[in-house]
Amino acid sequence: MTDMTATYAALEPSRAEKFRQRTVPLIAFAVLLLVIPLFNPSRSMVTLLNHMGITIVFALSYNMLLGRAGLLSFGHAVYMGLGGYFAVHVMNWVADGSGFWGAVPVFTMPAFGFGAGALAGAVIGWPSCRRAGTPFAMISLGVAELVAAAGFMFDSLFGGEMGISGDRMSGPEFLGLSLGPVDEVYWFIAFWTFIGVLGTYAFTRTPLGKLSEATRDNPERVEFVGYSPQRVRYLVFIFAGAFAGMAGGMSAVQDEIFTPENLSLIPSGAILIATYVGGIRYFTGPIMGAIIMTYMGSNLSDYTAGWLLYLGLMFVGVVMFLPNGIAGIVYGTTDTIRAGRLGEVWQSWLIRLAGLVLIATSVITIVEVAFRWSEGYGEVFEPFGLHLDTTNLLTWVLGVVPLVLGVLLVLKSAKGESK
Amino acid sequence: MTPALELTDLRKSFGPAKIIQGVDLSVGKGERHAIIGPNGAGKSTLFNLISGRFMPSSGEVRLGGELISGKKPYQINRMGLSRSFQVSNIFTNMTVRENVRCGVLYSMGYGYSFWRNIGNLKEVSEKTAHILDEVGLLEKANLPAALLPYADQRTLEIAITIAGGADVILLDEPTAGMSHSETDRAVALIEKASKGKTLLIVEHDMGVVFNLADRISVLVYGEIIATGTPEEIRGDAKVREAYLGEEAEDAA
Amino acid sequence: METLVFALLNGVIYGLLLFMLSSGLTLIFSMMGVLNFAHASFYMLGAYLAFTIMEGTSFWIALFLAPVLVGLVGMVVERYGLRRVHAQGHVAELLFTFGLAYLIDEVVKIFWGRTAVNYRVPELLDFPLFTLYGAQYPAYRIFILFVAAFMLVALWYLLKRTRAGLIIQAALTHPHMVGSLGHNVPLIFMSVFGVGCALAGLAGVIGGNYFVTDPAMAVQMGPIVFVVVVVGGLGSLEGAFVAAMLIGLLQTSAISINASLADIFGFLGLGPHTEVGEITIASMAPMLPFLLLVLILMIRPRGLMGEREV
Repeated sequence: MTDMTATYAALEPSRAEKFRQRTVPLIAFAVLLLVIPLFNPSRSMVTLLNHMGITIVFALSYNMLLGRAGLLSFGHAVYMGLGGYFAVHVMNWVADGSGFWGAVPVFTMPAFGFGAGALAGAVIGWPSCRRAGTPFAMISLGVAELVAAAGFMFDSLFGGEMGISGDRMSGPEFLGLSLGPVDEVYWFIAFWTFIGVLGTYAFTRTPLGKLSEATRDNPERVEFVGYSPQRVRYLVFIFAGAFAGMAGGMSAVQDEIFTPENLSLIPSGAILIATYVGGIRYFTGPIMGAIIMTYMGSNLSDYTAGWLLYLGLMFVGVVMFLPNGIAGIVYGTTDTIRAGRLGEVWQSWLIRLAGLVLIATSVITIVEVAFRWSEGYGEVFEPFGLHLDTTNLLTWVLGVVPLVLGVLLVLKSAKGESK
Repeated sequence: MTPALELTDLRKSFGPAKIIQGVDLSVGKGERHAIIGPNGAGKSTLFNLISGRFMPSSGEVRLGGELISGKKPYQINRMGLSRSFQVSNIFTNMTVRENVRCGVLYSMGYGYSFWRNIGNLKEVSEKTAHILDEVGLLEKANLPAALLPYADQRTLEIAITIAGGADVILLDEPTAGMSHSETDRAVALIEKASKGKTLLIVEHDMGVVFNLADRISVLVYGEIIATGTPEEIRGDAKVREAYLGEEAEDAA
Repeated sequence: METLVFALLNGVIYGLLLFMLSSGLTLIFSMMGVLNFAHASFYMLGAYLAFTIMEGTSFWIALFLAPVLVGLVGMVVERYGLRRVHAQGHVAELLFTFGLAYLIDEVVKIFWGRTAVNYRVPELLDFPLFTLYGAQYPAYRIFILFVAAFMLVALWYLLKRTRAGLIIQAALTHPHMVGSLGHNVPLIFMSVFGVGCALAGLAGVIGGNYFVTDPAMAVQMGPIVFVVVVVGGLGSLEGAFVAAMLIGLLQTSAISINASLADIFGFLGLGPHTEVGEITIASMAPMLPFLLLVLILMIRPRGLMGEREV
């Protein structure tokens, strides 16, 4: 019997393994959050980091639906928006400062957002979660349109087109943070980002979290092991709404304003893209997606007018060729290196990389030249001192030749791999 | 004594097609009961009616005396009836261990719990490991279910079915598509797993049926034409004519 | 009376345009299970292509050429995009078309700019056809009516009177069976996708100058087309027709009703100067289709005339 128990125990990851795989990354993440301010980031950098933190929590909450439960929502921003709106209202009550609300620190806003998001999820999720797949996606779309339209209609709740703003410096201080300057807001965001990551990760480890994966894989079988798939989806939906609301509460403090635009299909689509590009099959995928997309959104948009087009191309590329997203590449690469198989694959990888670089060269040339042409100011795309205008033969060569070569190379490497 | 499972005048039609036309069947506690019949006789439909996947058009199903027809599959499962599927119906993206654990969870009282860490539920882990051991999948516990060979997927199908500790177990062609040696192992497993439980099994392999079953019912065109011990069924003229005769001819 | 007649006429025209858009989507959705998010983008593409072709040649060439071009684009998208993601399931397909809609939007902005283009009604049709209650009724609207009716008859003929139509009909209700009939399913899918997109393109050609041709037209029209398909019911072109008419009439007539909620529910004590009371029916018009969508999916997933649930 003793050796039996020993075999059983060997099934589970050992304590050391658990520590290495679960606790260490979390500690590393916490340390990272603590260390970042030591590098004296600029104000705009801190603002960017704060937005990254918000998007991380939002993306993780979205992946509770898409990645873990297999529910494709086109309206997740509704829950972040409602959570955020509630937090802004609470901030204004705090600013009024009478009675109970006068004692509430603004630091706790994400908790209010969490509650409001959960409530919104509980109300809207009830009719939405009866079925998964396309009907769920369409209901989420309809609900998002309705809520956004209502947002523009009820001015006292949503403030019309101007939205509602709050003041994060009102109310009592918490932990000595006035939340005035952005670097103080950083600590607030860092704290809640960590809570969000910890919370969504812990959720994956609960019976309900595991059942949501089972329901994604095979809703019918779930019914025959004693669970109602609808109930599983509904509960997951409430949690996803809650964490989205939490991100809304974070955003309310960081940006101090919410507008009906925040409820619309546009932020819902953006979080879908960020999460999917990051990789929905991995817990860390949405984190990567959130960081990359927030960075691109704030930096690339200054750099090129075509950034939304690049974003779309990237998304379609990931859907078609990389269903596991960026996290899939990261983990696939590290696994291969760890397994000592780098020697076998490096040539094929190099070929593929070269192919991708060539394709990117063409795509960037085409997009940049096209944008300048379309704006009609006679501006010319001049990378590395080249003068690429529409009459230059080189432009067309660069637009076509590397693309063809690149596609051929990628096909070649794909063929080599399948052998 | 109330029978473990009792069907009374059970009927099911899909549009004009009457698939099950008045089935009466009583399976006693601890009995191993096999249902045989030609293709298209309605065996799988009968299972779907009992387990709640389909609603009966009329008639009753009782589990331990309690009416279960009209209830949802998960409610029926919670009352102690569990079934397997003819086509493997497993959680493909999860590991073998996680698959079995999904079957264990509800019966251990963890419902839709979201405040517990699943890794810390000791009795769940032990029960899961115990079942994996019983069916012989312990070594493959941490493999993704999708990567299992066919026979192992069939075994996993049974493992998920018995994981919840249901008293009444329905197995739908558990040995379909298996080789001889695999079938022998599966039969041994079924015997072991159904000890002290009530078993209702649909099976095409007559060797398995006559070895395993205490009693056999023959379903033809949605009606049970005979019920009895293996000997009685073997000797039944009606059965020979309607069914076993064909089988014998096929074999010859 | 006057408003009613005009609302009715405009509603019918809007409904027919909606049907032209959604008939293709219904065919695609029912047969392939793909809810093509980019369907309205093909509508937009049709309008823009027609604008460009009309600048170079004439409206009549655009009327023919633009839908054909859009159809070809659709076939390429099906062949090299959708077919690839098909193996990953419906969610991946939905995501693909979502990304595609995004891309088409951006590409349109590159080629034609971010503001509306001056896509105009051809001069030949730019005159008031008749006068009704002292108001003039433009001839172009009646032209839309004729094109839509012609398309309706052509589609009906194609589906009911040709062999390909019979196969498509079978595939609408029993999508899994067609393969076993020995037909080249991928080819059928590609053609249906192409024809569906071409119909959307046609709607763009004749709708683009009736409404406005700008980069937002796809986003505005897209969700409404979904609503038509779902409300009409899966596998049912008749249902899509009824739903398109219903929504067309609903929206155009709601816009022309200036009554506020207070006027209607005043007897319940709803004050005319409360926030809810001030909402007019006209301002709620854009919301109505979505309300219908959510309600139908919740209460009657088969839609009005569908054979199957969505």
